[in-house]
Order: sequence, then structure tokens, then C-alpha cells
Amino acid sequence: MLLDFFLLLKKRGIPVSITEYLHLLEALKKDVASKNIDNFYYLCQAILIKKERYLDDFDHLFGLYFKGIETISDETIYQIPEAWLRKNAERFFSKEEMAKIQSMGGLQALLERIKELFKEQKGRHQGGNKWIGTNGSSPYGAYGYNPEGIRIGQHESRHRRAVKVWDKRQFKDLKDDVELETRNIKLALKRLRRITREGQAEELDIAQTIRKTSENGGYLQLEMLAQKKNNVKVLLLFDVGGSMDDHIERCSQLFSAAKYEFRHLAFYYFHNCVYEHLWKQNKRRWDETVASYEVLNKYNSDYKVIFVGDASMSPYEIMMQHGAVEHYNEEAGIVWLERFKKQFSNLVWLNPVPKDEWAFTHSIQIIQKFTENKMFPLTLRGIEEAILALK
Amino acid sequence: MKFNGTTDYIAANDLQIAVNAAIALEKPLLIKGEPGTGKTMLAHEIAKALELELYTWHIKSTTKAQQGLYEYDAVSRLRDAQLSDNKVHDIANYIVKGKLWEAFEADKKVVLLIDEIDKADIEFPNDLLLELDKMEFYCYELQRSIQAKNRPIVIITSNNEKELPDAFLRRCFFHYISFPDRNTLEKIVEIHYPDLENELIQEAMIQFEQLRNRQGLKKKPSTSELLDWIKLLMVNGINAEGLRQEAQQNKVPLIGAIIKNEQDLALIEQKYR
Repeated sequence: MLLDFFLLLKKRGIPVSITEYLHLLEALKKDVASKNIDNFYYLCQAILIKKERYLDDFDHLFGLYFKGIETISDETIYQIPEAWLRKNAERFFSKEEMAKIQSMGGLQALLERIKELFKEQKGRHQGGNKWIGTNGSSPYGAYGYNPEGIRIGQHESRHRRAVKVWDKRQFKDLKDDVELETRNIKLALKRLRRITREGQAEELDIAQTIRKTSENGGYLQLEMLAQKKNNVKVLLLFDVGGSMDDHIERCSQLFSAAKYEFRHLAFYYFHNCVYEHLWKQNKRRWDETVASYEVLNKYNSDYKVIFVGDASMSPYEIMMQHGAVEHYNEEAGIVWLERFKKQFSNLVWLNPVPKDEWAFTHSIQIIQKFTENKMFPLTLRGIEEAILALK
Repeated sequence: MKFNGTTDYIAANDLQIAVNAAIALEKPLLIKGEPGTGKTMLAHEIAKALELELYTWHIKSTTKAQQGLYEYDAVSRLRDAQLSDNKVHDIANYIVKGKLWEAFEADKKVVLLIDEIDKADIEFPNDLLLELDKMEFYCYELQRSIQAKNRPIVIITSNNEKELPDAFLRRCFFHYISFPDRNTLEKIVEIHYPDLENELIQEAMIQFEQLRNRQGLKKKPSTSELLDWIKLLMVNGINAEGLRQEAQQNKVPLIGAIIKNEQDLALIEQKYR
């Protein structure tokens, strides 16, 4: 019975391993939880879950498995807006899966099927069986359908007489506001480190000490060195708003990783293309701007510049005077871009749009040409390549 | 060996289970949670409750994993060689033991606290995998392996400044201390200030809760701030009546104990204006 629960967790994307399962069994054998369901829940939580962002999913699945859903609201199922289904379907299916769906008659057919299944599920439930997920043969399983779907029923659990600990879902908030999964990005950025020595000399310089000591005729003379520090300087320029809204999550991951990794990090925002103004806070973009000239003056040419933007706009916005969408620009975007390139020879562009699609957008090609092919996709691999190009 | 909280520390049921599981299975326990919810205190209280000795290893941004094991003090050996001290012939005299070594060597079971592991370099936890798993390591200078006589109870705290690697997490049990609910909070205040007038506690709790629930705070005040604040109220002789009067004028006395950054303070004042 426990093995099924374990497999359910695994299937629903909670990273659990055999080791943890064995630990759990051992703990049960040693009677840590003293045969009480609440304690058992706490025990499972401590042993199986390692990151707070999974706590909510765990609570949810625990409730599902060990109790089964008792009530499910009829209206909510029929009220699922199609747009919601479509949006989530697109979000949760991988490329291969999308291809599979195409072969099954397209998204539309699948959406119909999902709706049908929702109805069916309700019928089955009234028959008294457990709901989706318990026996692991859920019809969606093969398509990786997200547990979001199940959460629809959750509103109802408030009406239950006794609310169990896991039904309180007290970790719900933790799911989204914890630090994003940035470890990999940080490791990639780490390669850009330029280690220099600065500050007080407090490390023993062994080679120098040996030399000086032998020069001294065997009398010890200690030589010290300053500590190594990461001294790379980075200027990040983010495109925000408009088409970039789809990529917010990845951009903020990159940002939080960069902020941690570089001691000398400056960042500014722009919209679509850089013009005479940049801004520091996106909220204040209209009243607190910084002149681009000032930015060019402030940062020396030893700064490495990373543009982050989808570069998807009308070519006029780059090439033409007065071409910007938001204001009347005296000089064309490309003039400004060239000024940045002249000042900062180390310059790359990270683009959240998948690389295969670059060829279809004219403005991306213009920017790519401008960066002298130093445009990279905003993926882990792309970041690694960009870092190499910056070195 | 079971931990049930102490007279000075209220451990919620879930925390007790996690601690006891870690003790029973001899695995490290990773504790996360908002700052000020008693993560570090936990190790101290476990040591107290089980009457064990506590070894604390505070991690800083410059801490290396090796420092927890041992360090070889080459400089003093060189110096001693020049002074032709007899000590110099035995390298063991220049091995400075780290906290892990000390904890491994203890004759009785001990509690080992690795505090704020997320402060160190991103690779730091990876360098301790084997040491925490097998509770042994190899000392190259002495050419022998150091093995724990009794596997210590290892408590690791993290403030989530850095993501910990999966391989490391696999080897630990994990517990997230969430902010205590009203009842637990009252109990906590009570064990810290047993002879406080009840009315003041009630009033203080209400105001504290209002402050904590304020949307958009950068740093939410937590248990330790509440305790500090109540202490300050007592020292300054402010009673429940005084607290209420201030509240009517839209003021919170000694707010500096609860709200600790300018932006948050500005936010709170805005509300009261």
C-alpha cells in the first residue's frame, strides 16, 4: 500500500527516491510515528519531502491517497473555461507530447476528451470509487496531465466536518514565492568569474615564502597575499513588457542567479530596443528614467554586457528614426545599440524565444547580425555558450 | 531517546516527529523556516532535553568544508622548526581539529549543529556528502580515517539564501518550521515571560498580528521579534492600557523592535496616517 503512495508521489513530479522510501519503512519499523495517522503524516513529510515548495503538493496527494475525495463540486467541472484548459494544456505538455496530441486529432479533440473525462469522473465518483490518481491508471497519465486539474475539487473540502492537518494546506503560499530553481543557472554563471586578488593580505603565499626564506639563509620570512575575489563586472539590460511577458519567469530566474553571483552587477530595463532612456524600476518607467548616455559614461568598458530580450518587434523600431512604439525617438534604435557595442566590446544577447524560431522574425535577424552572432537562447545551454563568448 | 520539547521551547508535534525520526535513523535533520522561528534554538534545546553535549559549527561565506574536519597549521610547524622545538617531529601536533572531528571523537553521543549552511559557497554541501553519510573522513597528514564513535545527532539550519544540491538533500530529513498559530504563540510568550499580565499579552498579540498581516512587508516580524518587543514593553513599563491608548492615536510604541527596515516602517506609517 505504501509503495503505491510512493509511486503516486513520484508520478506527480515530487522528487522521491528509493533511499527515502527505505528510510520511511525503517522509521515505521522503529515505531517513530507511534501508529497515529497525524504522526504518520508528519513522518512522511519529514522523510520524503526535501523542499518546502513541494509541501503543498504533498499535502494534497496525501489527502487524496489516504482519504479519497469525498465531495466534488458539480458546477466547477462544467465551469472550466476552455481558455483555461487550453492555456494549461500548452503549459504542461512537452514538445513530443504536443506532437503526439497532433497525431491524435489535435488539441481541440483532446480538450473534448478531457471534458468528457471530467464528467465521467464525477459519475464514477458517485459510484463510490476513489478518484483519479489512486490506482495510477488515470487516463491522463500518459499525457502528463497536471494535478492542477484535481485541485478543482479542493474548494469543497472546507465543508467537510473534520479538517485534517494535510487538508489545511498551510504550505500553499510556499509554493510560489520560494526562491526559483536557480542553482543550475548560478553554476553556469560561475564560469564568468574573474578571480583577482584585492584587499588585505591574509593568505600565506607559499612560493614567495620559500623563496624569501632561502634568500634569508634559512630564516623563515613569511609572505602574505590578498584573498581572491570574484571581480567580474556585468551590466544586465532587460527587455520588459509586451511580448516579454511570456518569459517573465525565466528572466527573473536569470536575474536572481546573476544578482547572487556577481558582486559588480548593474541592471536596467528597456522596452523592445534601447533608445535614449533606460529605467531602473519597472514601476517607475515613466518618471524615473536614466539617460542612456549616463549609463554609457558610468560603466567602464571592462563591464560585460548581457542584453536579455526577445528582439521581436517591427524592424522600424530598430532601424528608423521616430520608429519606437512608445515615444518619438530622435535617433534610431540601431544607433544606440551601436553605441553600446562601441563602448562594451564584450556583449551578448540572450533571447527567450526558441532558437528554431529566430529565422522567422526579421527583427531577430537584424539584432543577431548586430551582435555578430553572439545571440544565444535563454536556456541553460544558451547561457553557458553566452558565458563562453563573454570570456 | 525521544525529544518532546523542553520547558523553554515549545516544539510542535510535527517538529517532534521529524526530530525523533532523525534521531532514530541517525540521519541529519535539515531545518528551514522564516528567520526568527527558532531554528538554531532547536539544536540547543535538543542537547538540553537529552542531556547531550552540543558542538556548534557556524558557517560563514568564507567557510570551507575542510575547516569542519581539520586544518594543518603549517606556519606554526615552520616556526617551531626554526626554534628547534621537539614538538615539530610529530605532525599530529599541528593538526587543528574541526567541529566535525571533535563531535566524531566524543565518547558519548553529541548534538552537532551546522548553522546557516546556505551562507557558504554553493559547492559547500557537496563537499560534506560522504562525511555526513558515513560519519567518517580520512586525514591525509596522519594517514588514518576518523570515524564517529557514536553517530552524532546532526541538525543543519538554512535560511534559503542558496539552493542546496539534491544529492545533499537526499541524505537529510527535512522540516520546515512554519510560523506558529495563535495558540502556540501564546504558549511561547508564556514560557518566556511567565508572570506577565494576561491583558498585556492579549493586546500585544493583537497588534503584533495586525502588523504581521500587513500586505507587502519585506521582512515579516517573527517569534523572536515578538518576544523582544514584549520584553521592551515590560522594561518601559507600558501596560495594556497604554498600548491601547497609543493605538487610538494610531501609533505602535517601540515599533523598532518589530519592524526592522525603512521601507516597511514607511509602509506601516502610511497606513496609520
